[in-house]
Amino acid sequence: MAAAEEVAKAAERRDVRDRWLLSAPALLVILLAATGPLLIVLVYSFLTPGAYGDVKWQFSPDAWISVFMERDIFDDTLSLAAAHVTIFWRSIKLAVVTTLATLALGFPTAYFMATRSEKTRDLWLFLITIPFWTNLLIRTFAVLQIIRNEGIINTILLKLGIISAPIQILYTDTAILIGMAYVYLPLMVLPIYASMEKLDFRLVEAGYDLYATRFKVLRKIIFPLVKPGVIAGSILVFIPALGAYVTPVVLGGGKNMMLSNLIELQFGQGRNWPLGSALSITVMVIVMLALLAYVRNAGKSGVRHG
Amino acid sequence: MNWKTTATAMGLALLASTGLARAEGVLNIYNWGNYTSPDVIKKFEDKYKIKVTITDYDSNDTALAKVRQGGTGFDIAVPSQTYVPIWIKEGLLLETDPGKMENFKNVAPEWANPEFDPGRKYSVPWAWGTIGVVVNTDAYKGPADTWGIVFNTPDELKGKVNVVPEMGDVIFAAIKYVGGQQCTDDKAVLKKVRDLLVAAKPNWIAMEYNTIEKMGAGDFKATSDWNGSALRQRLANAAIHYNYPKEGFGLWSDNVVVLKEAKNVENAKLFQNFIMDPENAAGLSAFHRYANAITGSDKYMPADMKDAPEVVIPADAKPKGEFQKMCAPETQELYTKIWTELQK
Repeated sequence: MAAAEEVAKAAERRDVRDRWLLSAPALLVILLAATGPLLIVLVYSFLTPGAYGDVKWQFSPDAWISVFMERDIFDDTLSLAAAHVTIFWRSIKLAVVTTLATLALGFPTAYFMATRSEKTRDLWLFLITIPFWTNLLIRTFAVLQIIRNEGIINTILLKLGIISAPIQILYTDTAILIGMAYVYLPLMVLPIYASMEKLDFRLVEAGYDLYATRFKVLRKIIFPLVKPGVIAGSILVFIPALGAYVTPVVLGGGKNMMLSNLIELQFGQGRNWPLGSALSITVMVIVMLALLAYVRNAGKSGVRHG
Repeated sequence: MNWKTTATAMGLALLASTGLARAEGVLNIYNWGNYTSPDVIKKFEDKYKIKVTITDYDSNDTALAKVRQGGTGFDIAVPSQTYVPIWIKEGLLLETDPGKMENFKNVAPEWANPEFDPGRKYSVPWAWGTIGVVVNTDAYKGPADTWGIVFNTPDELKGKVNVVPEMGDVIFAAIKYVGGQQCTDDKAVLKKVRDLLVAAKPNWIAMEYNTIEKMGAGDFKATSDWNGSALRQRLANAAIHYNYPKEGFGLWSDNVVVLKEAKNVENAKLFQNFIMDPENAAGLSAFHRYANAITGSDKYMPADMKDAPEVVIPADAKPKGEFQKMCAPETQELYTKIWTELQK
């Protein structure tokens, strides 16, 4: 009896070991590919900038100090890095507003899609994915063609005599937001739709039977049930929006830096790779903290699905 | 029987391919995008039976960083004059001694012995130009030969001016405008520069590279720009004029160098010599729309460039031109801070 158990245990151990061995190469590749470059970035952030780009292998905490503090080049006083804070804040604000805008547009879209008949649903899903066939840069330039002074909107309004001079939309914050919402909308719609599709609409009917108002049904039944989709969509939009690079430059005119432009400056004309590395890691940490806070908060009040 | 024929065929194919490789050399060029005339390359390929491959880059820093990592497979690069001394100092270049090449006699005297490459030990001139101010005269008719268009924008142009976001060029122009020397680290001057830039920015509509299209479409009415870009804009819209700022303007040049890690050194040397031929130099100019530094190339130049005010600097503006230099790293750091402050 005991011997048999021992044999079974040994077999199990062998089994576990074999599995680890078999998956080791894949794990190793993933580990190296995922963490290797990040480790290099981390190491670089503690080095001295080379004279013309690259790094000197000499420890220096300067990069990290200058992420948060700046020495005024004129009166030599050390103070909080106001420029960096402004740029960080601008990017975070843009990412939050983009997330809210895509949510406001994406939720009704997903609801509409999920409430169609089974056959037409696939068609709507297909239509939503069409923008993904085109490169992000091209889609951004398409928006530019629509909103520029001699673009489609202004030309039509001028021809109709509604306005007498073109409305300046391009190179404003509105232009950036229009572009961002357009570019990231599918990333919001798809996860919400995936949740919505599984939604048991009999629950909605039951709500109405119990004299719930439309708003109450939305708030108490539909929203809690599709919450996982909303969370997934928000994360999918927020993270790339925080690092948005092309859209703010093309539609905003590049006058005001975003985080990604600030980092690019350090690796390009600024020739301060350690500072660029330190800034990149700071962004990663912010994203991670924001996600942790968000998921934890959302998890607390969430209703279990199924 | 069958395997024998296969083997023979394979052997023959192998022979043929190696034979081909020997007869037709290759040359890998690493150059700025939209800068290399396909016609001239075709001519070079036909003449020497060399297959040319061109890869693009978009900034001096990108090119330097990539070549410094090594293993690029490129034979030739085209850095700007401010960067050539760095490439030399970092040991990235092969000393091909173009000064002794057959066609070197064509290089204009003022380009034969430049400060960035004394005696032309490494580099051959590719193109040179200026950085000035472009104005659409339909929008503004006043005097435009000043950086004031950008830094002290007249009312007609407020909210319609673009600035090409090339940090070194913008700081250079601002220093000239406040009356300082390029690459200065004088805090008093730099403070004026910072205040000038910060005060000027609200009048700018954008900081973009894409000026040819935007000036053409009327999104911008004025911009800081390179002369070749200005020429293309004028050809599209005759109201667009290029101006040489009286406070001083920057001169630049791009130069063809051979990398130390080049695998096709002889072909690269042939190319260096080839583009110093007047007709070929004119062919390059006809495409990128900048001047070359080759004497005798004018008779092959396209008609619309021969007397173009963007290409031929007027005599009275000439003394105001100044070669841009690479500033010291510590100075560069100050500039980056001002630049970040400007764009925050």
